Amino acid sequence: MTEATAGKPAKALSRADTTAPARSISRTLGRPALMILPWVAAVLVWYAVALSGLVSSALVPTPGQVFKQFWRLLTTQKLWFDMLMSSERVLLGLAAGITLAVPIGFVLGWYRPVRTAVDPLVNFFRALPPIALIPLVIVYFGIGETAKIVMLFYAAFFTGVIVMYEGIVQINPLFIRVARTLGATDGEVFRRVIVPLTVPHVLTAVRVALGVAWATLVASELIAAQRGLGAVIQNASNYFQIDVIYAGIICIGVIALLMDRCLRALGARLVRWQERIVP
Amino acid sequence: MSERIVFDRVSKEFPTATGHMVAVEDFSLRVRDGEFISLVGPSGCGKTTLLSMLAGFVQPTTGAVSLNGKPVAGPGPDRGVIFQDYGVFPWLTVRDNIAFGLTLKANRVPPAERDAVVARYIELMGLRGFEDAYPKTLSGGMKQRVALARAYAVKSDFLLMDEPFGALDAQTRTAMQDLLLHVLETEGKTVLFITHSVEEALYLSSRVVVITARPSRIRRVIDVPFPYPRREELHRHPEFAELEYELRELVMQEYVDQERQKDVSLTA
Repeated sequence: MTEATAGKPAKALSRADTTAPARSISRTLGRPALMILPWVAAVLVWYAVALSGLVSSALVPTPGQVFKQFWRLLTTQKLWFDMLMSSERVLLGLAAGITLAVPIGFVLGWYRPVRTAVDPLVNFFRALPPIALIPLVIVYFGIGETAKIVMLFYAAFFTGVIVMYEGIVQINPLFIRVARTLGATDGEVFRRVIVPLTVPHVLTAVRVALGVAWATLVASELIAAQRGLGAVIQNASNYFQIDVIYAGIICIGVIALLMDRCLRALGARLVRWQERIVP
Repeated sequence: MSERIVFDRVSKEFPTATGHMVAVEDFSLRVRDGEFISLVGPSGCGKTTLLSMLAGFVQPTTGAVSLNGKPVAGPGPDRGVIFQDYGVFPWLTVRDNIAFGLTLKANRVPPAERDAVVARYIELMGLRGFEDAYPKTLSGGMKQRVALARAYAVKSDFLLMDEPFGALDAQTRTAMQDLLLHVLETEGKTVLFITHSVEEALYLSSRVVVITARPSRIRRVIDVPFPYPRREELHRHPEFAELEYELRELVMQEYVDQERQKDVSLTA
């Protein structure tokens, strides 16, 4: 949806050359404008759909209505508290998942026999949808905070492990050989070569796991959650408050996006040396 | 003790899916101090295996590889290894790459001395102005100069080079050959050099060893009669051209043999 509308101005400028106008647009508008443009376009399309009369206005609220609801929830229902609760759950689940996923993913990536043995198991557990686990989680962990965080931990851990070991497998053994010929001991090879080469994969694992954790949030808050964005969405669905559902979904997306941006900025600082397609 | 490197009836077999593959068979070579030895031969003939045994990455199946009279037990800073793929650490700047070896326990020196050594090799390798650059911004030739400087910084006695200029374009390659000769003039080293290029082998080496198709054996050892220091003009020397022709014929025969072996193994 956003792609199609972003392409429009380029077409208006010139039909013959596609790259030159695209470049000149980014030059005249600048990077921030280029990043805001698709959002503006998306909101416009949303308005167009909502007001077109093609769909019932009861089913698709306008962005204005949703924003009004958002503001009402924020000022009267302490929506910020739901945001905080959900963010806290996601971050705790993510932290626990990644803390365990990094060493385990490393061992799996480093030792081929271990990988051969454990890989099917990891993929088996990763494939299980978190919602299907809810009854078991309730039996074993009750209906408190722990149960919700366990769900998020589960999702973050298995995603993190896979991203980690896929990355570790790709580490070029040439660098280890070079370090050895320069006189590095086993400890020095680990600290000075393997650790720096692992950092980018840890960052990727955190980013991917963060996305998966947010995606699992609503499921985890199906477990008797009073507060949290997932709870907001579920309560709204009981009362058919579609504009509230929209507001909740958008909050999740925006917070997830902001957290991902922070991680990217952190990553760019930590692995300045890495080759990137876009400099 | 003038014999620094000795391959004594070395052979190396690797296990394969269908049994085992003999990469090197009954290979003997003695290298004297300060020699520049090139190994030329068909690709996949086991040249890299020979170098890996000397570097200490793999152990021979039978026979012995010794260095200064002692058998090679593992890799060490006395032998700098230069790979075709550079192996420059991407997470370190040019300066930190060159200093890397000097910060390890095996050859640690005081920071002031380390800085001096690094500065010297940055100058010698023509890397001034790029001290703080990350390898991603460097060309292939520059990366290889960083790798060379890094190996030199730990004061290794030997340089083992596995097709070091194979990935470079012709002009850069020529420049790198001359740089290597220049650096060797200022600080001598004993060099084992693997290459596909007969011309490169002749231009750089004091002896050229022609290796047979797999398993690696010595086909012929040729003493290169031209004195050092060598310059570009050597390429136009009639005797150079003659030797080059002779060597090329030898190497070509091995290529043909290798192809024939492949045919046999395919029909068998």
